[in-house]
Amino acid sequence: MPIWNPRIETMPRAELEQLQLERLQAVLNRTWESVPFYRRRFEQLGLMPEHIRSLEDVRLLPFTVKEDLRTGYPYDLFALPLREVVRIHASSGATGSPTVVGYTKNDLRNWSELVARVLSAGGATKDDVIQISFSYGLLTDAFGFHQGAEEIGASVIPVSAGAPEQQINIMRDFRTTALAGTPSDALRIAEALEEFGVARSSLHLRWAMLGSAPWPESVRSRIESLLGVSATDNYAISEVMGPGVSGECEENKHGLHINEDHFLCEIIDPDTGEVLPPGTTGELVITTLTKEAIPILRYRTRDLTSVDPSPCSCGRTLARMARVFSRTDDMLIIGGVKLFPAQIEQTLSEVEGVEPHYRLIVDQVGGVDRVEVQVEVSGALLAGDIGLLLRTQNLLRQKLQDELGLSAELKLVESRTIGPVEHPSQRIVDRRRTEGGER
Amino acid sequence: MLTVTSADAYYGNVQALKGVSLHVNEGEIVALIGANGAGKTSTLRTISGLLAPQRGSISFRGRAIGGLPPERVVRLGISQVPENRRLFASLTVRDNLLLGAYHLSWREKRSSLTRELGQVWELFPVLKERAHQLAGTLSGGEQQMLAIGRALMSRPRLMLLDEPSLGLAPRAVRTIFDAIPRFRERGLTVLLVEQNARAALRIANRAYVLETGRVVMEGSSQELLDQREVQRAYLGRGYRQVWEDE
Repeated sequence: MPIWNPRIETMPRAELEQLQLERLQAVLNRTWESVPFYRRRFEQLGLMPEHIRSLEDVRLLPFTVKEDLRTGYPYDLFALPLREVVRIHASSGATGSPTVVGYTKNDLRNWSELVARVLSAGGATKDDVIQISFSYGLLTDAFGFHQGAEEIGASVIPVSAGAPEQQINIMRDFRTTALAGTPSDALRIAEALEEFGVARSSLHLRWAMLGSAPWPESVRSRIESLLGVSATDNYAISEVMGPGVSGECEENKHGLHINEDHFLCEIIDPDTGEVLPPGTTGELVITTLTKEAIPILRYRTRDLTSVDPSPCSCGRTLARMARVFSRTDDMLIIGGVKLFPAQIEQTLSEVEGVEPHYRLIVDQVGGVDRVEVQVEVSGALLAGDIGLLLRTQNLLRQKLQDELGLSAELKLVESRTIGPVEHPSQRIVDRRRTEGGER
Repeated sequence: MLTVTSADAYYGNVQALKGVSLHVNEGEIVALIGANGAGKTSTLRTISGLLAPQRGSISFRGRAIGGLPPERVVRLGISQVPENRRLFASLTVRDNLLLGAYHLSWREKRSSLTRELGQVWELFPVLKERAHQLAGTLSGGEQQMLAIGRALMSRPRLMLLDEPSLGLAPRAVRTIFDAIPRFRERGLTVLLVEQNARAALRIANRAYVLETGRVVMEGSSQELLDQREVQRAYLGRGYRQVWEDE
């Protein structure tokens, strides 16, 4: 697929690292000078910007956490006065007060370019008709994809979030070739095609660029086969920009190319904060290298991934991060075993007849953790042979035990009783600490 | 082509450069802009060997040049046009130009001097007209052209230009800034220091903004022109008056 900015995306690593260092030093000089929040942090550590003499030295800098952005609500972390800011977005605030981010004219230009890279990597060109099913509003996804799609010269249809029927009607009538939305949008559209009896052949859809929530490979294959598209993943995080941080190339779909000329990524041990070597899974930490309105140093994303700096056969030299399925705060400890909802999802999805939707309920009885897993199975399986049903149930129980060390009660439920969720963590019902009020 | 990494440099006890990193690719025009005393000239002097970096590294075409004496740096293909031009006032224009090629070997000179001279004449026709005039009798603009011409005579790969517009009439500034992009046709790369940020950004591909010995911004000329802090601080836009006197 075409590489949007070959000079940067195929740049030799030594050159890229020099560029990253130059930008890192410049952004540090600016934050030290104009963001009192960071100036205080530097002073507490006895640190001057010029102490950062190499990319490795970035670990001398303090972390920024979500709470810092909340405390600074709305404008304390801005490096420039509002008159330089041309756009303001915010996170939803679903898990606390919202966090606010601003963009200068240059920030917006960079943002468009970075999303254009992600879209091109996923297969989109100026000949595509791109339908955006992200919701337009304070969140960054819709506007980010909108600008990026315009940047590549595609035709943009800003449908915004809407009922699957409406999406399908526009998709068919406007001859949409690419969908940008959440994986659940794509699933709902795919399922609605069947439901409303719309023939796949009446659509022109070829690509789907999905993101903003984790979606396992099983969901990808389902979307790809039902919609007849090539679906690529991308990583978005509004605190550092929104979409445009990284995206998969259509050739390999094996890791998301990070736009490293704008984002310096590290992987740390979430418990100790120590930087981990390449290839190790840990928490992703991002430093913005070019952001003018709100530069962020060492932002702890709470997303778990690993980074592979080796060049990709697509020609890009930009390092690739593994797809994100779990967050540091999703981790469950059940009977002393550490596990993530995404692992459970993956294990369940490997069994024939099992739908991707499940719920996990943890309770404590007499100091012992008790787990119940409810999982949707296809109507055909439920209506069919009882022997097969029991075998499936046993197989699932055995797999959870063998692969994850999880002993659980298993309940098979009808399709659509649990349904899709925005984030795998919402599949967990933890009753152990309800009195304490934490989780 | 040129890479400077985290360079620190001092004049006595005064730190002139604080961790300056920059790079120049072959064929580019890169500008360093910033106020007086920001470290622009110190950066050039550190590259050309007139000021030794205390820490950090400088490499030119894959070779470490940090701390090399100026004459070695010149031989590697870096030529600096100093801010105050430093011409030989009592020599003719032509002799000043020939001195620019003094470090080339005798054999090299014979084959190339005429060609080099021809190219300087072509770039700045007024110098040809004044070839036999004493350098001291030239106007400021002509002297600057001569200083640039002399640097070109050494057949550099990278030219370091320090404040070429300083003290010149607008018309002379235009002549010189029109000539700089044409160096590229000769395969020459330019690192340009300018207080006249607008003129510099007009011809540069990229630029770095320095403040008190630190790089505070890096970007394409277009990006920097759109940066309102740059506009206000270096391009003389009246934002401070319009907005901040309230």
